[in-house]
Amino acid sequence: MTDTTLHSSQPRLITLGGALPWLIGSLFLLVMPQVFTSNSAITIMNQMAITIVFALSYNMLLGQGGMLSFGHAVYMGMGGFMCVHFMNYIEDYSLPIPLPVLPIFGGLFGMGVAMIIGSFSTRKAGTIFAMISLGVGELIAACSVIIVAFFGGEEGVSGDRTMGPPVFGIEFLHQIEVYYLTAFWLVLSALLMYLFSRTPVGRMANAVRDNPERAEFLGYSSRWVRFFSFVAAGFFAGIAGGLFAINYEIVTEENLNLVQSGSILLITFLGGVGFFFGPILGAIVFTLLQSVLSLQTEIWQLYLGLLFVATVMFFPGGLAGVIMMHTLPFRLGKARLLLRPYVKTLLPALIGLLGTAGGMEILYHLRHAALGENEMSLYWISFDSHSVLPIAICLLTAAGGFWLAKRNAPELADAWHEANTPNGGVA
Amino acid sequence: MELILVNLIDGLVTGLLLFMLSAGLTLIFSMMGVLNFAHASFYMLGAYFAYQISLFLGFWMGLLIAPVIVGLLGALVERYGLRRVHQYGHVPELIFTFGLALLIEELVQFIWGKDQMPYTVPEILQFSAFSIAGNAIPAYKVFMIFISVGIFIGLLFVLTRTRVGMVIQAALSYPRTVEALGHNVPLVFMGVFGVGTALAGVAGVIAGPVLSTFPGMAVVLGSIVFVTIVIGGLGSLSGALVASLLIGWITTFAKAYTLRMEDFLSWIGFHKPVDMSESLLRDVWTLTSPQVADILPYLLMVLILVFRPYGLFGKRDA
Amino acid sequence: MNAMTQSGLSTATPALQIEDLRKSFGKAEIMRGVNLSIGAGERHAVIGPNGAGKSTLFNLITGRFPPTSGTVRLHGHDLAGLAPFQINRMGLSRSFQITNIFPKMSVFENVRCSLLWAQGYRYSFWNMVNRSRALTHAAEEILEQINLTNRRDLPAGVLSYAEQRALEIGITIAGGANVIMLDEPTAGMSHSETDYIMDLIRRVTENKTLVMVEHDMGVVFGLADRISVLVYGEIIATGTPEEVRANPKVQEAYLGAVLEADH
Repeated sequence: MTDTTLHSSQPRLITLGGALPWLIGSLFLLVMPQVFTSNSAITIMNQMAITIVFALSYNMLLGQGGMLSFGHAVYMGMGGFMCVHFMNYIEDYSLPIPLPVLPIFGGLFGMGVAMIIGSFSTRKAGTIFAMISLGVGELIAACSVIIVAFFGGEEGVSGDRTMGPPVFGIEFLHQIEVYYLTAFWLVLSALLMYLFSRTPVGRMANAVRDNPERAEFLGYSSRWVRFFSFVAAGFFAGIAGGLFAINYEIVTEENLNLVQSGSILLITFLGGVGFFFGPILGAIVFTLLQSVLSLQTEIWQLYLGLLFVATVMFFPGGLAGVIMMHTLPFRLGKARLLLRPYVKTLLPALIGLLGTAGGMEILYHLRHAALGENEMSLYWISFDSHSVLPIAICLLTAAGGFWLAKRNAPELADAWHEANTPNGGVA
Repeated sequence: MELILVNLIDGLVTGLLLFMLSAGLTLIFSMMGVLNFAHASFYMLGAYFAYQISLFLGFWMGLLIAPVIVGLLGALVERYGLRRVHQYGHVPELIFTFGLALLIEELVQFIWGKDQMPYTVPEILQFSAFSIAGNAIPAYKVFMIFISVGIFIGLLFVLTRTRVGMVIQAALSYPRTVEALGHNVPLVFMGVFGVGTALAGVAGVIAGPVLSTFPGMAVVLGSIVFVTIVIGGLGSLSGALVASLLIGWITTFAKAYTLRMEDFLSWIGFHKPVDMSESLLRDVWTLTSPQVADILPYLLMVLILVFRPYGLFGKRDA
Repeated sequence: MNAMTQSGLSTATPALQIEDLRKSFGKAEIMRGVNLSIGAGERHAVIGPNGAGKSTLFNLITGRFPPTSGTVRLHGHDLAGLAPFQINRMGLSRSFQITNIFPKMSVFENVRCSLLWAQGYRYSFWNMVNRSRALTHAAEEILEQINLTNRRDLPAGVLSYAEQRALEIGITIAGGANVIMLDEPTAGMSHSETDYIMDLIRRVTENKTLVMVEHDMGVVFGLADRISVLVYGEIIATGTPEEVRANPKVQEAYLGAVLEADH
């Protein structure tokens, strides 16, 4: 299986341990549409895949390069616009360009824009970079309403993905065909981004993030290292934009404005910037939360905001960070110790949160429901939002849950300490 | 000629309003090295609080009380939020304030809903102060100018004549030294953050009635405030003043006088294509100055950053 | 003995030549016309009281700050206007007085990153760093040299102070620069740690030009072929340890007191 000469001179190109996550991931992507066959499920999965590519590209800046951008949607949007224009060219001039290669044009255009912007924005990291990204983002979002020829004004640009030459008889009329196209690009881009982080310039991006000055004394210009990361991130954001254009067949100003840039920051940070798989987790969880919560409650964005602020304050490593905190207990074979304290603390805390959320829902209904509309339903129960009992129940549940969680917290802390101490490490 | 005067006054009002925000932002940035992304959110809170208070106690009590509440909230945010995140570094701090901005917007919608609030100019100021060539200048504008100028004089007094002011001023120029002297006590941080946000609150109280009080008001002004302090130079108060007035006047004049790109392009020697529908640059030809007024600050910022990375008056980077 | 072999080369182009170097911060003149010539292969120590401008001299040479006037030549090439990374590529590497490593990266990563440019990887994004056995091997060799092999995969930020200082030296020498500048390598160390670092410096700067700022006179006299004494931005004496020790100006200005305290 392995080339022996290669083996003797260099470390193996592919190891089983290294390839396994990718194989499992790809298999997962292949099987998912067989499990969830409904159209809405496939729509959600498409959105998820596009968000994953975008979030991974964002993390090339924030996690790997230490550059906080408030305008990353620009590159995705630009790629998207370019792609949708290409779709229209294909239609208008009957160009023999098959649809599956379109994202590459989105990527190249995103990369080109990133080269221009990056030429001055990567001079510094930190606050200055963040501010420039914000200003450029606002500038281009504002331009997109004015320059109608390229951005299509308020209503954006739409196209038709089915007009290209069929690929093996596939015309991309169905969502599922688009799904497999998106999944292919997802795996390819994720793999390339992962490999980028292993290259010299990818490694130096980490070094420059940690200590730009020291990197300069090792022969590397921090600015160039940042520039390369920035351009690469622009490329993959452009690919995400291309996938968006193919999936939705319309790109508008909303794809490159500040709201979009802000949500990708949120998604990436929630997932965790410290690990490669963090943004993937973030994109999956966020898309699910969005599709589930937005159906259940009007104030889901408030919950999201609370979750985000809490994450920044208490778990700056995000979801991936929390998961990876457990590798030591697992390696020591002591993860079992955590199970009981977790249940005893987190279950009451969850009940407390549900109680709090219930209280907030009732309050919101009280304040904003139409006059005379007193009936609301919450947790599958219908009741009168103006009576005292429901809110009292919610508040009591919240107080009780949090009290219990707080009471059991020291036990969890002890168990955590124990689980992270090697046997015989402490007398 | 008279129209110019009217626009000068309008631009001054906008500029001073911007400065009230950018001054607080600059103070906070200079002292703590953190750019408060949620600064405009405190401005919004100022407007909403003042509106709520004005329902019960009238406009003037709102003007008095709302900024205090906003300032206290700001101090709490610094004490229990920012100080915790500070240990992780500046980028997480910035992300925290970004999250805070999202959260405040959602909270405002939770409490007051998505619609605009009927927060209006008090009756006593609903007359025109004077008129210039038939253009009436509302008394409220004059009032806004007086309030902001009054506050700046107060701020200037505190900064140059009091002990606390001296410490803050020293921190503006020599942040490390002041820290080393043991002055950078957390209390000063909390105080500066409180005062900075309170200033934003005042701006919100007096801008709410004219710029309308709605959940998006923070976003509308927020980015412009950042642009202002970047143009002025991060950490420079005088830079913030100059940039605020500059942006106030540029946007006002661009909106008041319709300059057409077509004229400009013809003047520098380009010929307008006959068939515009085919030209990719057709939108460039039809641009007018009111159309681009709102993006001029961003354009200015990009130009400044390309040619003068430290801003107009800045000396140090972030 | 090293000094003897090298002094014969002093007619050749010096490794580092500094002429009338000046630096002012505002009105304060910190560097007041420094002249210094360091031959290839020489081990040179710069000593002087606190605030004499030793670290500033390092910062001026390595391009961290631009000098107000004067020239610095590395193997005869003028360094005026060059950025630190350009100077580094010409074969000059430095360490810092305050430990300056990549705290979140592993010890091995720290060393490997400092090898990349010198091994010709530049800004390449087409080859994988972990595929090159030569690179891994070189990094491991450096780890071996600085005795940190058993700390290989720990984040550099969690190492002990002495270990971080050793890593700092490892990063500095990894790129194979032939002029090494160390800024107080033994600052804040215990006796045994100092001995360990001194031995380390001796080993890793074999056949290289070494310039170091150091307060510990034991290290200075143990390592240096020649010594320069910097006082208030001026070099008041340069020479072999014996010459400097005997120089009355030095005795008066600085050294006497230190020597008495030391012995």
